[in-house]
Amino acid sequence: MNKLLVALISGIIFGLGLSLSQMVDANKVLGFLDIAGDWDPSLAFVMAGALAVAMPGFYWVKKRQRPVFEDGFHLSHKKQIDKPLVLGAIIFGIGWGLSGYCPGPAVAGIGFGNGEALVMVLAIYAGFFAERFIAKK
Amino acid sequence: MENFTPVSAFLGGSLIGLSVILLLLYNGRTAGISGIMNGVFLSPGNEQRWRLAFLLGLILGAVIFQQIMPNFIQFRSDYPLVLVAIGGFLVGVGTRLSSGCTSGHGICGIANLSRRSIIATLCFMASGFITVFITKHVLYLI
Repeated sequence: MNKLLVALISGIIFGLGLSLSQMVDANKVLGFLDIAGDWDPSLAFVMAGALAVAMPGFYWVKKRQRPVFEDGFHLSHKKQIDKPLVLGAIIFGIGWGLSGYCPGPAVAGIGFGNGEALVMVLAIYAGFFAERFIAKK
Repeated sequence: MENFTPVSAFLGGSLIGLSVILLLLYNGRTAGISGIMNGVFLSPGNEQRWRLAFLLGLILGAVIFQQIMPNFIQFRSDYPLVLVAIGGFLVGVGTRLSSGCTSGHGICGIANLSRRSIIATLCFMASGFITVFITKHVLYLI
């Protein structure tokens, strides 16, 4: 129960952050990606704000033996820079640039009643499904 | 740069950082949204429930914000929906292949000083810049 409550509260704070920073507005994101046009550097400030908290936070939390409600940390231990990482990131960037949405703002956008965001979420799940299908072959 | 909003961007980003650290400190999990979205329909039982709670929170956060500050965000209405649909599909495929998105690699991964995440972030930023350059200034799609 505690773990679910933390997840819910963490999600709420994340959603508030995406809203205040206007990252739920796809045109705001495209304004950042459009360096040749009327460039809007706001997204870089969102990342800077997030990292200003998360970077010292990670350092501090990882000094603990374990998280408060779990026996251990669930972190990725992959180290290798491989083809799926690079290719996948490039494909993600193309989709991000075409739509103006990454996964977080797409989900949060539903809370604003933004129809585009719902289309985006469904299309992302179609992509998840397709990747699983390709990966099996 | 008439749309530049550095203060609200930085403060909003700090809230995202706080959310990430809460989830890590209490549940030992990284707040990578693409992974959480994918896991909702994959992992059974407990693993599914916290992810669902997080996603509901994400939507609820937006609902609360809209109540506190209505009309703060003006959504576009004239964007080609087909670009959203194709874009979404590619975001789905790409984030699965590279195991992360803007939050998982760009925030959690970089905060954890992961080389993989730094490389991934540079790649999706670069391809995002190039994509918008092409759609806007070469093909005039948007």
